[in-house]
Amino acid sequence: MIEKWIGRFKKYRFLFAELVKRDFKQKYKRTSLGVLWSVLSPLLTLFVMKIVFTEFFGRNTPHYTTYLFSGNLVMSFYKEATKNSMSSLISNRRIIDKINLPKYLFTFSKNVSALVNFSLTLLVYFMFCMIDGIHFGFHMIALIYPIVMLTIMNVGIGLILSALYVFFQDTQYLYDVFLTLLTYVSAIFYQVDRFSQEIQNLFLLNPVYVVIKYFRTVVIDGKLPSVQYHGLVAFYALFFLILGSIIYKKYNKEFIYYI
Amino acid sequence: MGKTVVECNNVSIRYKTGDIKHMGLKDYLIKRVTGKYVVKEFWADKNISFSLQEGDMLGIVGTNGAGKSTLLKAITGILDPVKGNVKTRGNIAALLELSSGFDLDLTVKENAYLRGAMLGYTRQFMDDKYDQIIEFAELEQFQDYTFSALSSGMRSRLAFSIACLVNPDILILDEVLSVGDGAFRKKSGDKMRQILSEGITGILVSHSITQVRELCNKILWIDHGNQIAFGDNAEFLCNCYEEFLATGKLPQNSDDLNELNAAFEKRHAKAMREETKRETERFLQMLREGESEPAVEAALAILRENRPEALKLAYRKLD
Repeated sequence: MIEKWIGRFKKYRFLFAELVKRDFKQKYKRTSLGVLWSVLSPLLTLFVMKIVFTEFFGRNTPHYTTYLFSGNLVMSFYKEATKNSMSSLISNRRIIDKINLPKYLFTFSKNVSALVNFSLTLLVYFMFCMIDGIHFGFHMIALIYPIVMLTIMNVGIGLILSALYVFFQDTQYLYDVFLTLLTYVSAIFYQVDRFSQEIQNLFLLNPVYVVIKYFRTVVIDGKLPSVQYHGLVAFYALFFLILGSIIYKKYNKEFIYYI
Repeated sequence: MGKTVVECNNVSIRYKTGDIKHMGLKDYLIKRVTGKYVVKEFWADKNISFSLQEGDMLGIVGTNGAGKSTLLKAITGILDPVKGNVKTRGNIAALLELSSGFDLDLTVKENAYLRGAMLGYTRQFMDDKYDQIIEFAELEQFQDYTFSALSSGMRSRLAFSIACLVNPDILILDEVLSVGDGAFRKKSGDKMRQILSEGITGILVSHSITQVRELCNKILWIDHGNQIAFGDNAEFLCNCYEEFLATGKLPQNSDDLNELNAAFEKRHAKAMREETKRETERFLQMLREGESEPAVEAALAILRENRPEALKLAYRKLD
């Protein structure tokens, strides 16, 4: 079984690399700023939020810039990865229709480009943390855990969305609405302390918030979350990955009739 | 007889159509609730069986909507047959609608590598073959152009070159031998014959029966999803198919096939006789009108080469 997977991986490694390359070129073809833009755009969002929300929420929050940036960083990674994954099958319909390939490669490659973008923004994030007077220590290495878990979750959700988008053309609009809602309930610019304990627990139903909170605990508080919390993060990642794989497996031979 | 490379056993393929395409979730829910949601099924191919050995070239013939392209999709693995199974050995390079699937924002070189990767080759292999591919496609000066700057002919040329030069084990051609201008068409035809002579297994779908006669040693005839005939008597089956196209009589059994073949041969012989008569007449006219010696010599040479019977007829008349 594992040997079969490794064999397949080897077989499609070159194609996968070429697909990732293509996704990057497509993304930056129209902007003269190129890769810089992908870093600049979250910074601009951050700048706007900082101006608007400091008055309302920021005065009692220590390291408010880092607080905001943590939320934005995770949210924009999640958004980019899942939105791009969603259209990955439809935008490659001409290829899927003509050449027999594992279709998940298209979804994976979108996730890789999103991850690279995220890494660039992460560097800027660390720069801002320094300016904001955050203490840097070995505990920062713990951030690898939520990043890996979020990437796994993105892949899973991407598989679900790409299948949905093949079957229903308005998935895109519905998902945009959902993302707006998700942004508001992810406590990006406000603190959850003001709510009662029950409501604070409800926030934990939101996987993106769970990852954001992990970031803030490590970076701002300089602490590691509990073991149970690690379990929760892993649960979400695996849950969506497994669900996505099941849906993909069940429907991937059907896609051809719809695209 | 070589190894079996492609084998189709009782393959039936169902296509889903109806409301399913371009549906929104909203439309879907409304139709579901009101009970108007219909998924139509339609059998594009029914009980198709054939097998190809190494070096075979199969011609698939049939009128529009016969299920030819769908069958190719099952062979390449894009579609799964509902019943029966398809077995293939080796690497398949499929040329279904040549120039689709290229990316307009990438350069010629990037697209070539991407396509090579899709056909299942390694970077090493593409590095080795790239120059050859570009040379064959005659795109040396355009390597760094983006694809959107190329004409459709250039795009097809690249697609054709990649598929042919990467040495697939099985080559599938769907209406693609008419690529590019006259010169390239000749070149691609020659290349195709060369590849086939090297023992590759090929499948050709073409509406040009002349092309099928020239290239194929096996014929599969499908009509509205039903297998009419399959065999290595290519000449015979092509005759039957051509006669069917002329008369519209679909054969039900081998007797019908024989009948069709006989009718074709009769018609063909008649046409030949008339042709011969015309040529003879023309030649005699030349002599009567006392055309210059070189012209007569030339006509004589052509006739001797192509229509000896016309010449015989002419001699008889002259006597």
